[in-house]
Amino acid sequence: MDITLIQSIWTVVAFITFIVIVLWAWSSHRKQAFEDAARLPFEEDEHMTPSGENRHG
Amino acid sequence: MATSETYNYKVVRQFAIMTIVWGIVGMAVGVFIAAQMAWPVLNFDVPWLTFSRLRPLHTNAVIFAFGGSALFATSYYVVQRTCHVRLFSDGLAAFTFWGWQLVILSAAITLPLGITSAKEYAELEWPIDVLIAVVWVAYAIVFFGTIIKRKTPHIYVANWFYGGFIVTVAVLHIVNSAALPVSFLKSYSAYAGVQDAMVQWWYGHNAVGFFLTAGFLGIMYYFVPKQANRPVYSYRLSVVHFWALVFTYIWAGPHHLHYTALPDWTQSLGMVFSLILLAPSWGGMINGIMTLSGAWEKLRTDPVLRFLIVSVSFYGMSTFEGPMMAIKTVNALSHYTDWTIGHVHSGALGWVAMISIGAMYYLLPRLFGRELYSLKLVEVHFWVSTIGIALYIVAMWVSGIMQGLMWRAVNADGTLTYSFVESVQAMHPFYIIRFSGGALFLIGMLVMAYNIWRTIDGAKPVTAAIPAPAH
Repeated sequence: MDITLIQSIWTVVAFITFIVIVLWAWSSHRKQAFEDAARLPFEEDEHMTPSGENRHG
Repeated sequence: MATSETYNYKVVRQFAIMTIVWGIVGMAVGVFIAAQMAWPVLNFDVPWLTFSRLRPLHTNAVIFAFGGSALFATSYYVVQRTCHVRLFSDGLAAFTFWGWQLVILSAAITLPLGITSAKEYAELEWPIDVLIAVVWVAYAIVFFGTIIKRKTPHIYVANWFYGGFIVTVAVLHIVNSAALPVSFLKSYSAYAGVQDAMVQWWYGHNAVGFFLTAGFLGIMYYFVPKQANRPVYSYRLSVVHFWALVFTYIWAGPHHLHYTALPDWTQSLGMVFSLILLAPSWGGMINGIMTLSGAWEKLRTDPVLRFLIVSVSFYGMSTFEGPMMAIKTVNALSHYTDWTIGHVHSGALGWVAMISIGAMYYLLPRLFGRELYSLKLVEVHFWVSTIGIALYIVAMWVSGIMQGLMWRAVNADGTLTYSFVESVQAMHPFYIIRFSGGALFLIGMLVMAYNIWRTIDGAKPVTAAIPAPAH
């Protein structure tokens, strides 16, 4: 097998992998998981406790 | 709720403060060398002050000191707050802070002395390169260690971008810095000729793609939703955005070497992948901006959000301009002219700096438990820097296109219409405009420093508790 053939196969494999990722991202059974993930930054309560006093108490 | 567990805010605070400090230093050097371009007498015939030595100092300071500190600060903050755990190791995190400051200090000493490996954006000599590699490995351990011990089921998308940035920069830095040392302060690249050029621009363009893009997209995917108080427009699009960048960016480097000794097919490959890059870039930009969908009125009242959103708009603008300039026929006009400098700065000032500034205005009050001292001053900062960027890039567009046209103009008998020095003379007014634009941007940073100083002066550092595990 010469290097050009290996490179061609690799390119096709990379392309198919990417298509699979796109299909996976838009598949309906990922919907809930992605919605949960999107809410991650908001699952934290912003209470800040400055050592000593609580300004936002 | 157990409050014994807290986030490591100390290292975030240190990097956040240094972001502003290095921003001012790096941009001040930039303004100074812009003045030298307009008034060459300003090099004072002192070797350490010549443009050739200060230019790499400027680029290293703004990219790695300012941008790098912003990335460290935000990634450490975001990874903790979206994984609900403290950083993997406080000791290693502190090591990355002090190690990175040592790298910056070494750069600030060696570059003006003329000690350089002469690779653009990778000028630092081999002992500093070794230190960078060690610090970077420690960074990767802290970051991925934190992700591994996370308490949340998912890895938030911002962390994917930060993770991609950390891994890729490690690979780029180690491969491109491979060199044979001949003394403590001199080394020669492990590659020769056109291979060396290709490795350099594979590194150089991916430093743009992963250091200056993927990392800052991590900032976008956390701070835009937080400041707008709504989840990202499409999480699915963000996943595809990530993988599309990873699959395409790595091939775009050859567009820096059009019409050189690089094989023609490699140049065409670089051009095609640069054009393909437009799709993920704009997908990401739309995702960031549309996060505000239904809450556009916040832009009118919230200058911090405006910094973030305008930065994403500049991201869209420069990622449109970039692929256009990568087309070989366009590049034949634009390459080696000021147009390139304008393009870089619409990305660097408009995208990278503005999103970092927005993130710092978000972070610092929360790290010190204070409200921002003055929103009015944030407003002033926003307008001063926006006008500065506009002056800068418009001057460089005009100057660059004029320069390219003058260089290629030929008379009927085939001789050149203009001598090189005539094109230099024609650029002079634009160099003054560029200097003014840069100076305005720097003034904005000083306004920010004052505002932040008034915000945190006398404030006690915040210790933030980690929320109880999800039910």
